[in-house]
Amino acid sequence: MFIIDCPYCGKRDQTEFSCHGEAHIARPTDTQNLTDEQWGEYVFFRSNTKGLHRERWVHTHGCRRWFNALRNTVTDEIFATYRVGEVPPGAAESQP
Amino acid sequence: MKAYSLFSLARNAMSYHRNWQRVWRSPDPKKSYDVVIIGGGGHGLATAYYLATQCGVNNVAVLEKGWLGGGNTGRNTTIVRSNYLLDASAGIYEHAVKLWEGLSQELNYNVMFSQRGLLHLAHSVHDMQEIGRRGNAIYLNGIDSEFLTPQQVKEMLPIINLNCRYPVMGGLLQKRGGTARHDAVAWGYARGADAAGVDIIQNCEVTGIRVDNNKVVGVDTSRGYIGARKVGAVAAGNSSVIAEMAGFKLPLESYPLQALVSEPVKPIIDCVVMSNGIHVYVSQSDKGELVVGSGSDAYNSYSQRGSFDLIEHTVGPLCELFPLFSRLRMLRQWAGIVDVTVDRSPIMSKSPVENLYFNCGWGTGGFKATPGSGHAFAHSIANSEMNEIAAPFSIDRFNSGALIDEGAAAAVAH
Repeated sequence: MFIIDCPYCGKRDQTEFSCHGEAHIARPTDTQNLTDEQWGEYVFFRSNTKGLHRERWVHTHGCRRWFNALRNTVTDEIFATYRVGEVPPGAAESQP
Repeated sequence: MKAYSLFSLARNAMSYHRNWQRVWRSPDPKKSYDVVIIGGGGHGLATAYYLATQCGVNNVAVLEKGWLGGGNTGRNTTIVRSNYLLDASAGIYEHAVKLWEGLSQELNYNVMFSQRGLLHLAHSVHDMQEIGRRGNAIYLNGIDSEFLTPQQVKEMLPIINLNCRYPVMGGLLQKRGGTARHDAVAWGYARGADAAGVDIIQNCEVTGIRVDNNKVVGVDTSRGYIGARKVGAVAAGNSSVIAEMAGFKLPLESYPLQALVSEPVKPIIDCVVMSNGIHVYVSQSDKGELVVGSGSDAYNSYSQRGSFDLIEHTVGPLCELFPLFSRLRMLRQWAGIVDVTVDRSPIMSKSPVENLYFNCGWGTGGFKATPGSGHAFAHSIANSEMNEIAAPFSIDRFNSGALIDEGAAAAVAH
């Protein structure tokens, strides 16, 4: 941590960024027919992973663009940052 | 257990304090228990204590992966208060304050509960409206709350700088609020629980939850398998990890929350001061250190380390409010991992797995609730049904939408 590699601007101080939690949560498409449990799951329930965590960041005090990061929540080490829409690194072996 | 008293102090002084009885045993785990509590912090130990002393459930184990009170119980800023806006919160936190008031006597252990008063400062019209609304709601719930003018604040705290960058416009005082000795709470409950027959097992990490036919049957630990008729998970920041072992998710995210203490000085501040507007809170420990905290870091983490920029965000407003503190040196800084729900209210609930109960989500303010949380959770586990105080804090509220939204209401600071 402390230095975050913005996929658009390069390496910047952590204070320029804000974290917005778990990434790759798709909004349900069939919203007319969702149960309360399915809505609850989408809105509130999170994996809260201890270990490798894919999460959304925004470069608030920079380019103001959103991107994703792969970070170890035990050591705070960031392994990769990648643009929205790109395939997460290591997606095949450790999808949470 | 031998009771502590003036006589026992005198008697042990004769032998140079070398023969004090051990405060709790360190037994090997039995094959199975009626109730296994995961987590030997304040809340878990309080749960075990009330199970054994009030609910008639003595065959209880507390499993702690490290040492007692080494997690958030030993990392918080020791503040106790019950000035919350909403009725459900007032129910649990005031229940806790009432138990705090008799706790040292009940446990025969001095938890150093000091009702030195807790003052919330208001720095804007919005803050004034917030304390107005909240202060009246608290009052209507039968909990003490008083409004102070800036002059009254100055009388209470002569060292405060009322005309700081965001001038102090008023305050909300809860005189029954204050602080307690955090370690003593864990030790006192552990001693009481142990005397009532509870096995406290340290260095015993839960590595798996065994479920049979959607019913919990035991836990795998670093010291082998332990059977259990009921399991209560009181694992704070690691609650999601326990839930994952049982195969479901919780509406929680874990964040580091940091605090720092200064070098010890003579008594200078005799109440707890909190400011949500400029975001800092401070009290003075009985050793003389200023205990300072503010907000949590804004990213998920289990690292028990906070980020540096937050230290600046903490001491900035502190020095603005109390310019003379700018000369103090800070001695230590640390973080605990707090499990935060979206409505900033806790979870005391059954779970999707039968006989597996969760007490978590206390977020940035769990210490103050320790006795109330343990008491309500113990009675709920014993009766297999959440009691009236715990019931509103069910996990189901995240599906039904009946949130207890203290996140917007009761202040960030704890």
